[in-house]
Amino acid sequence: MKKLPYLSTVFLGTIVVLTCLVQLESSRASAAPAAAPDAVMLNGAGASFPYPIYAKWFSDYNKLHSDIQINYQSIGSGGGIRQLLSGTVDFGASDAPMTDQQLGEAKTKILHFPTVLGAVVPSYNIPGLSQELDFTGDVLAGIYLGRITKWNDPAIANLNKGVNLPSTDIVVVHRSDASGTSYVWTDYLSKVSAEWEKKVGRNIAVNWPAGLGGKGNEGVTGLVKQTPGAIGYVELIYALQNNVPFGRVRNSTGVFLKADLAGVTAAAAGFAKNMPVDFRISITNPPGKTSYPISSFTYLLIPTTIADANKRQVIKNFLTWMLNDGQNETEPLSYARLPKEVVARELKQISQIQ
Amino acid sequence: MAGIPIPTGRAAANRRVSGLVRGLRSGDTFAHLFTLLCAASILLVTAALVHELYINSALPRHKFGFHFLTGRTWDPVNGDFGALPFVYGTLVTSALALLIAVPMGVGAAIFLSELAPPRVSNAMTFVIELLAAVPSVIYGLLGIFIMVPFLRQYGEPFLKRTLGFLPLFQGPAYGVGMLAGGLVLAIMVVPFIISVSRDVLMAVPVEQREAALALGATKWESTWQVVVPFARIGIMASVFLSLARALGETMAVTMVIGGTPAIGASLFAPGYSIAAVIADQFAEATGDLYVQTLIELGLVLFALTIVINGLARVFIISTTKKGSGH
Repeated sequence: MKKLPYLSTVFLGTIVVLTCLVQLESSRASAAPAAAPDAVMLNGAGASFPYPIYAKWFSDYNKLHSDIQINYQSIGSGGGIRQLLSGTVDFGASDAPMTDQQLGEAKTKILHFPTVLGAVVPSYNIPGLSQELDFTGDVLAGIYLGRITKWNDPAIANLNKGVNLPSTDIVVVHRSDASGTSYVWTDYLSKVSAEWEKKVGRNIAVNWPAGLGGKGNEGVTGLVKQTPGAIGYVELIYALQNNVPFGRVRNSTGVFLKADLAGVTAAAAGFAKNMPVDFRISITNPPGKTSYPISSFTYLLIPTTIADANKRQVIKNFLTWMLNDGQNETEPLSYARLPKEVVARELKQISQIQ
Repeated sequence: MAGIPIPTGRAAANRRVSGLVRGLRSGDTFAHLFTLLCAASILLVTAALVHELYINSALPRHKFGFHFLTGRTWDPVNGDFGALPFVYGTLVTSALALLIAVPMGVGAAIFLSELAPPRVSNAMTFVIELLAAVPSVIYGLLGIFIMVPFLRQYGEPFLKRTLGFLPLFQGPAYGVGMLAGGLVLAIMVVPFIISVSRDVLMAVPVEQREAALALGATKWESTWQVVVPFARIGIMASVFLSLARALGETMAVTMVIGGTPAIGASLFAPGYSIAAVIADQFAEATGDLYVQTLIELGLVLFALTIVINGLARVFIISTTKKGSGH
C-alpha cells in the first residue's frame, strides 16, 4: 500500500520527463529548418537490391551539398511503389517497372529513371567438377520446370562435351521470398521458353513447378553450397562479392558468356535503340554479341509534378549528378553502369519534372 | 460513535470527494483506474488488429470466399491463392515442436526443481532463461548452417533407415523442410516450458511431498504422482504459451522450412508456414490482390490461434474437473 503512491509518482514522473524530452526534441527539429531556410530533406523508399549504391550516392551528395539530406528506406520494391502511390514519400524505387495499372492509380504521372543494372547468374554445386558449365535458356527452363532431373541429361551433356557429369539428381533451388531477382529470372525463362511462359510466367514470385525455396540470395547460396547436385540463381553482385561460382549462359547470338559488369551494360546498350520513351522495358535476352542475357534495370520512380519548388530543384540536380558523376561510383560496388545512350535519354527526361 | 454528527447532504458529498482524494492519494483508486486502462488497451489493440486485417483483406475474401482455406495453389502470376499448404505447414511444424519440446522441457523442469542441488538448478535456470532471449534470426542462422547440414547428412538418412517404412520418413533428404522447421521451433520453445514449469513445480507446497513420502512413496513416486499432477495446470499453461509462440514464429522457420507451398506426407518434404510466407513476400508484393491475400493469411493465423487457444482452454477445464474428482 505504501509502495503504490511511490511507484505511481515514479511512473508519472517518468512520463512527464519523457514528454518534456520529446517536446524538446521536436521543437529542436522544427527549429532546424528555420535556422537554415534552404535545407531540404527528401524521403524515398523501395528496392533493396540497389540499396548499397543508393546509400553511397545519398551520402556523397550530402557531402557535396550539406544542406541536402536524402533518406532512403530499403523496404522492397512493392513497398516502395505502395508508399509512392499513397504519397508518403517523395520518390520510390523499384527493380521491376511499374505496371500500367499501378501507373493508372497514381495522382500524377510517374517517371522511371534507370539508375544501375543488375544481373542474375546460375550457381551450382557438383562435387568434383572443376570446369565451368555452359547453359542455354532452354536447358535452364527445363531444369526449373522439373523436366530435366539428372545432371547427365543429354540436354546438359550436349552443351558440355568433355565434362564428366554425374548421374545425380538435380536439386532446384529458387527464392522463397518475393524479389526482383526472381522477376528477372522468370522473365528471362518466359522469353526463351514458350512452355515456361504458358505454365509459370513472370513475376516477383511464381508458382514454382519444382524445387526448394531459400530466403534471399544468402538463403539460396546456402542451400546450393550445402546440397550436392543443387542449382540456384543469385544476383551477380552477391555472387561476385561472396565468391559464389557460377556458369556461363548462351546469349541470343549463340555466344556463351560468363556474367560480368561490362556484359550487363552491353545488354542495356543492345536495347538502347528500341528503348521506349518511359524506359519500362525488360532487357533480358538482348541482342548483341557481348550482351549477358539475364540482366535488368533498377529504377528510381519520380513524380512529374512536385509542388515544393525546393524539393523539385534538388531532385533534378541529384538526378543530373547521379547520371554523370554518380555512375563512376557503381563499379567498385559491383553494379553495372548505365550505357551512354541511356544516360543521354534520361538527362532529357529530367526536364519533364515540373 | 455517539460523538459523530449525522452527516448532512453537503457533508456527505464532501466526504465522497475527500474519499476519492484519499483513494487517489493512497493509490487504491489510481491503481484501479490504471490497471483498468491497461486491460482495456489490450482489448482495444486486439479489436483494432482484427478490424484492420478484416478491412484490408476484402478483395481476396470476396474473390475466393471459404475456398481460400481449402485452395492449394499459390500463383502470384495469375492471382490464384489458397491457404491450405500454409495452414498445414503451420500446424505440422508446431505440433512437431511440441511433441519434442514438451517431454524434454517438463523432464528438465522436474530435474531442476526436484532433483538437482539448488546451486546447479539456479545456474542452469539462468542459462535457460538466457536462451529464451536469443533473437529468432539467430536460431534461424544456426538452423541453416548447423542443423540443416546435419539433418541432411546424418539425421534424415538415419530416420529413413530405421523408420523408413512410415510415409512420414520417406523421400529425398534435403535437410530443409518440415522436420527442420519443427526442430528449430522445438529448440526455441523449450526454454519457455522449462522456465515456467520449474517455477510452477517449485511452488508446490512442501507438505504435499512430505505427505507422499510419509505414506511410503519413493522420491520418484512422490514427484510423478503428487507434485507433477499438482502443478499440472501451470505446466499446461507453459505448453500453450509455447504453442502460441510456435504458431506465430516467423524468421527462424522461414529460413529452414524450404519455402515451398506444398502438402507432402513426408516430414522431409519442404513446406511453408503462414507467418513465414507473410514475412517472405509482403515487402515486395505488388498488386492489391496479392498484398490483401497476405493480409488475409494474417487473419487466418489469428483465427487459428484463437481456435487452438479455445480448445486448449476447454481441455484444461475438463482435465481440472477430472483432477478434483480424485
